[in-house]
Amino acid sequence: MAKHTLTINTKSYTIDAEPSTPLLWVIRDEVGLTGTKYGCGIAQCGACTVHLNGTPVRSCSVPVSAAVGQKITTIEGLSTDRSHPVQKAWIEEQVPQCGYCQSGQIMSAVALLKDNPNPTDADIDTAMQGNICRCGTYPHIRTAIHKAATMMKSGSN
Amino acid sequence: MSAEADGFRQPLRSNPFGTKTTKEQNTNSIHPNVMNTRRDFLKTSVLSGAALAIGIKSYAEATSPKDVTLEAFNAASGNAFEITPFIVIDKSGTVTLYNPRPDMGQGTWQSMPALLAEELEISLDAVKIEPTNGLKKYGSQLSGGSGSVRGSWIPYRTAGAAVRTMLIAAAAQTWSGSGLNVSEADCYAENGKVVHKPSGKRLAYGELIEKAATMPIPKEPKLKDPKDFKILGKPMPRPDIPMKVDGSAQFGIDIKVPGMLYASIERSPAIHGKVTSFDAASAKKIKGVKHVMKSERKLFQMNLEGVAVLADTYWGALQGRKALNIKWDDSAAKDISTNALFKQMRELATTDGAVDDKLNRGNVAQALAGAAKRLDAIYETPFLAHAAMEPLNVIAHIRGDKAEIWVPAQGPDGVIRSVAQYLKIPAENVTVHITFLGGAFGRKAVMDFVLEAVHLSKSVNAPVKLVWTREDDMTQGPFRPGMLSAMKGALDAQGNVVAFEHKIVGASIQHQAFAPLPAGKVDDWMTEGVTAEDSPYGFPNFHFRYVMAETQIPVVWWRSVYGSTNMFGHESFIDELAHAAGKDPLTFRLALLANAPAEHAATARRFEAVLKMLAEKSGWNEKLPVGKGRGIAITRSFATICAHAVTVSRGADGKVKIEKVVGVIDCGMTVNPATVKAQTEGNIVMGLTAALRDGITFKNGRAEQANFDAYRVLRIHEIPAMEIHIMQNGEAPGGVGEPGLPPVAPALTNAVFAATGKRIRTLPFNIDEV
Repeated sequence: MAKHTLTINTKSYTIDAEPSTPLLWVIRDEVGLTGTKYGCGIAQCGACTVHLNGTPVRSCSVPVSAAVGQKITTIEGLSTDRSHPVQKAWIEEQVPQCGYCQSGQIMSAVALLKDNPNPTDADIDTAMQGNICRCGTYPHIRTAIHKAATMMKSGSN
Repeated sequence: MSAEADGFRQPLRSNPFGTKTTKEQNTNSIHPNVMNTRRDFLKTSVLSGAALAIGIKSYAEATSPKDVTLEAFNAASGNAFEITPFIVIDKSGTVTLYNPRPDMGQGTWQSMPALLAEELEISLDAVKIEPTNGLKKYGSQLSGGSGSVRGSWIPYRTAGAAVRTMLIAAAAQTWSGSGLNVSEADCYAENGKVVHKPSGKRLAYGELIEKAATMPIPKEPKLKDPKDFKILGKPMPRPDIPMKVDGSAQFGIDIKVPGMLYASIERSPAIHGKVTSFDAASAKKIKGVKHVMKSERKLFQMNLEGVAVLADTYWGALQGRKALNIKWDDSAAKDISTNALFKQMRELATTDGAVDDKLNRGNVAQALAGAAKRLDAIYETPFLAHAAMEPLNVIAHIRGDKAEIWVPAQGPDGVIRSVAQYLKIPAENVTVHITFLGGAFGRKAVMDFVLEAVHLSKSVNAPVKLVWTREDDMTQGPFRPGMLSAMKGALDAQGNVVAFEHKIVGASIQHQAFAPLPAGKVDDWMTEGVTAEDSPYGFPNFHFRYVMAETQIPVVWWRSVYGSTNMFGHESFIDELAHAAGKDPLTFRLALLANAPAEHAATARRFEAVLKMLAEKSGWNEKLPVGKGRGIAITRSFATICAHAVTVSRGADGKVKIEKVVGVIDCGMTVNPATVKAQTEGNIVMGLTAALRDGITFKNGRAEQANFDAYRVLRIHEIPAMEIHIMQNGEAPGGVGEPGLPPVAPALTNAVFAATGKRIRTLPFNIDEV
């Protein structure tokens, strides 16, 4: 066991865990931020997507030791009031069904729009294909990303 | 023991193939064939306790000492009065509506309250929504069989209307007491207030609730005319969605209770393997591991073994599990193989099987013998895992003869029954908290995982949170059974169908899970999609046959159940007959529908309307270039008709690609058309995944697919354009969560045939290699 100091959504946490413990379980069970989900444990489904210094990663496959000293952002860190344009677009477009994968979907979409404020459908395909949705909300995810891009450009967020 | 332990199905087991007579059988059933028609369904609801919910007996019941939770609620709040258990209004005006049907993504968090709110004349924005807790006064609380809306359409609206009527009566009396002469007829309810039309006076519900509770409960409150609906039938936002974009929605896996231990269970890689030995000492060396013990899993009639590791972190439990070094005796399982099973099923397909008396008209053999043209074909569909994104999980806390459960399950009442039966304690001793479900598709109506945690909690005397890994979830079942359809058909010289036989070979869920199927009988679930009403084609000679193929692979319902397997053969073979007759497949179906059995003529007319709409919306009659093809299929399940038109084309790279799916659904009147569209799109994605990606195969007793790398599901870049149309009519509501799935696979393979001339008869298939 070792102590790890993590910066999650601008807050600092000191966690006692085996260095190999996946960041996912530290975020969920130790820090108590449960918006980040477990779906497969092998970086296949994307439900556990968080940002490390703004880059989307699968937290089920990142050991906690590798996240020390980096800026970690989870779904809870996007806004305090669902005001991030991607969250707003997700609500407007009524994307979620069961909702379980949507934290990961949103984190992937936020990262995409940060790099590429005007994504094409092909860009969306590339950026979002690591995130599975078993309910089949994909067409709404696509529309919501375009909508969020428009909101961000017009500054209407 | 195990079937009793499965609380959802227990009543069915006592009378699995007999007549449906008992009210509890209907109340508790997940399966629509037990409540076969809409009329049965509504009648059932009225008989079974949902009637209590409409306010006739519920007020009296609310004061019964048995309803401890309710009493506690009323006592604690001090100012809340309950007229029906689904609607609680307190003096401050806060309205709480109870959703009895767990939300697994299908939208009951909106649709159930919407039924109440419409008649109560209140906006959903102005209410709190809470899940029910399994108490009997709420009636059936199962999400399953695409039954939530169709089972609640009348009873819950009636509950809302009863409360509205009483509020109006209370307002009229209040105003009359203050000197005005007010008739109830001059009052109406609007937006949480009662309005006296002549004077313009208004009273908020909160101000009226105390008096309203003393008003007589109307026996038959007047329901609104659908033309006056403000909520129902309109695309409305879902109140659960904001919680699902910021991580605040609580799924089962998100719950923590003080002092809980995390558990993970190593189960036999070969299903049915028995534990010979394990290394508890090594597992206990892992930091945080507190207990290592044999676990028990009661799945229907099966008793499956495993070894549980309980630790103070989930990761610790997983590490401990890796150190177990279990020796398994899998001698009973080593021969289980899906290849061998399908080989056996193909042999069984040559036997006669059992004939369903209701689906047996004319003489197929004679008609085949004298026909101008005869066709035979075999279709196969694989075993499938549900693979909901949220793996199975539960928290159980057993304290003496009391149990408390937190779980994403498809019905709180089923959880209570299962746990009470397993622990042999009264149902009143079981408290259940239902969370949001991260998908379910039928799997979370089976309580084996809940009882695993109950056993562990009882053994270690602490609350236990059990989380299945994805691998556990995918390899351990129960699965959709792999099935085979053997079809026979014949045409006369004019290309009219003179004979049609659908013989199904495969596992019977009822037989394996609940009670042996009597010899020579057709499992009545097996006719899903094929019954005279579900498939009202007017075949002059028609047989439905069933041959059971027993398997040790655990099986259960999977989204749309046998509809998802039966309809592949059924609607593909219609297409084969149409092509053999040289006729347009849509026109060919219309001709068969024109001769529908008289008792199902009304359903046949709805089929025709759906097909005509589909032809219009999909551009069915346009001529397509070479290399492009369009296929259709139409099915009826859960009292809803759905048809899809799939368009495929061969691209420059030589590969066949799905361009578009156009769906038309006739589910009668809708609660939320946005949800109907979303569910139908979801069914298309799931149906395409089932047709194009991986099945579950068994070799040497082991499932060969354990995670999403080997059991692939369609991703965002792999789905076609979709367009859904809802028939507008005043028919009673049908199901929505499943009926969009059965027509997907046959519409797709019919399109592949139209484009390429290749007939796909075995699923899944690789479209890149067509």
